[in-house]
Amino acid sequence: MGTAEIIIKIVLVVIVFAISLVIAMYSTYAERKIAAFLQDRVGPNRAGPWGILQPLADGGKMFLKEEIIPTNANTFLFIAGPSLAIMTACIGSAVIPWGQKLTIGSYTFDLQIADINVGILYIFGVVSLGVYGIMIGGWASNNKYSLLGAIRAASQNISYEIAMGLSIIALLMTTGTLSLGHIAAQQHGFWNGHYFSWNVFSQPLGFLIFLVCAFAETNRSPFDLPECETELVGGYHTEYSSMKLGFYLFAEYINMFVSSAVMATLYFGGYNFPFMDLIHSQNLVTILGTVFLFGKVFLFIFFFMWVRWTIPRFRYDQLMDLGWKVLIPLAIANIIITGVVMQFIK
Amino acid sequence: MESLSNKKKLVESKPLNFLERAYLPAIAKGLGITIKHFFKKPVTISYPEEKREYSENFRGMHSLKRDENGKERCTACGLCALSCPAEAITMIAAERQKGEEHLYREEKYAAVYEINMLRCIFCGLCEEACPKEAIYLDGPHVPSDYLRKDFIYGKDKLVEAPLNQ
Repeated sequence: MGTAEIIIKIVLVVIVFAISLVIAMYSTYAERKIAAFLQDRVGPNRAGPWGILQPLADGGKMFLKEEIIPTNANTFLFIAGPSLAIMTACIGSAVIPWGQKLTIGSYTFDLQIADINVGILYIFGVVSLGVYGIMIGGWASNNKYSLLGAIRAASQNISYEIAMGLSIIALLMTTGTLSLGHIAAQQHGFWNGHYFSWNVFSQPLGFLIFLVCAFAETNRSPFDLPECETELVGGYHTEYSSMKLGFYLFAEYINMFVSSAVMATLYFGGYNFPFMDLIHSQNLVTILGTVFLFGKVFLFIFFFMWVRWTIPRFRYDQLMDLGWKVLIPLAIANIIITGVVMQFIK
Repeated sequence: MESLSNKKKLVESKPLNFLERAYLPAIAKGLGITIKHFFKKPVTISYPEEKREYSENFRGMHSLKRDENGKERCTACGLCALSCPAEAITMIAAERQKGEEHLYREEKYAAVYEINMLRCIFCGLCEEACPKEAIYLDGPHVPSDYLRKDFIYGKDKLVEAPLNQ
C-alpha cells in the first residue's frame, strides 16, 4: 500500500465520518419536521430559514447543559457507555461501498473504505457491540429504570439478531459472498436481461424480516422499548444529561443511517441504478451511483421516521413473541425455500 | 338477570384471523393514513407573525371614542362604572373650562378614567349602559404584563387617537 493510497483512505475515512455525522445531525431535524408534517403541524422553523440551523441550536444546548454524574454511579463506566455507543455506531460505515471506482488523474480508487471479505459479519459484530454502550450506561447509572431499560435493550437485540442473521443466510446463499462490495457489484443495473437484479426481488421475505429486525436493532419505534417513556421514565439514559445524553440520541441516528445504508446495499442494489450502462463515463456513473445510494438511504431514513409516527409501541411480550415465534421460524422457512428454489433452478 | 333498560349489548371478541395477526396489512393501512396527512396543509397559525381573525362580535380592549370633531364623547356620568358587574371602572369627573371646547363635547368630562383589566370580565355591559356612545370594546385582546399595577389602564391607553393625526 503506497503513501498515496493511505492518504486517499484517510481522506475517505474523514469524509465518510463527517457525512455520517452531518446526516445524523440533520436526521434529528428531519425527524422533527416529518413528525410535524405527519401531524399537520409546521415543525421547527425559528432557527434560520425553515429552521435549518435547528440541529446547531440543539447541539449548542446539549453542550451547555450541566453535566451530572450521579453520586452512586460508577464514574468510569458511566462515561464509557455513551462513548462506546457512538463509537460502535460510527465504525459500521467502514465496509459499506459508497460507490464504484473513481478516477482522478492517474489514481483510481474505490469509494469504499475497506472491502473486507467478511463485510456482513463485520457489520453484525459492530451492531452487536452497540448494545454494550446501552448496557454499560444503564448499569453504571445505578438506577432501576436505567437498568430495566438496559436489560430490555440487551434481550431485544439478542433476540432480533438471530432472526436478522437467519434472514441474511438466505441472501448469502444466492449471492455466494460475504463481501458487501461484491454483493453490490452483483446487483448491477436494474434489469439484467432475465430478471430484476436487485436482491429485494429475489429475497422479498428476507428483506421484510431484515427490515423489521433493523427497526428493533436501532431501537426505533415500534420497538423502542429500551427508552419507553411511559414505563421507564427515560430508559437507559434516565440519569444522563448534557452531551452524554446527546451522544446516546446521536448514536441512534447514526445507527439508523448505517442500517439504512446496509439495507440499501444488501437489498436495493447499493450504488446501482436503472440504465447505468447507457452512460459511458465511468466517473459520472460512480458519482451518479453515489447520489442514488444516498437517495435510497434517505428514503429508508424517511421510512424509519414515517413508521415511528404511525405505529404505537409494542408491548414487551408481543415484542418477544414476534421475534421468537414469528420472525425466526419465518427466516428458517425462507432459507429452506431459497435452497429448494435454487436447487430446482440449477 | 334480564336487563330492564334494554340497553345491554353483547360484546363480541372474535379471535384475530391470519391477516390481522400478521400485523402487516394494518401497518400498511396506518402508513397510508399518515402519509395522507404528510401532504395536507398545516393547521398551525404562526402567532406573532400571523394572527387569527377575531369574530365580528369579539369583545376586546375598551376604547373611549371621540365624536366627528375629535372631541371626547365621555361625560363622566358614571353609568358604565355603575353597570360594571366586576367593578373594574373608576373615574373622576371635572368641569370643562373655557377654551377646552375643542377637547370635550359636554360640559363635564372624565379627568381620570381607569379600567382594571384584571377585574374586567369583558361582558360589554358598559358599552350597553353608555348613553353617549363613548365606550366600545372593539380593540384586540389585552396584552400580558408583569405587574398588577400595569393592568390598570388610564386615559392614555383607552382614548382613541385624535382625528387629525
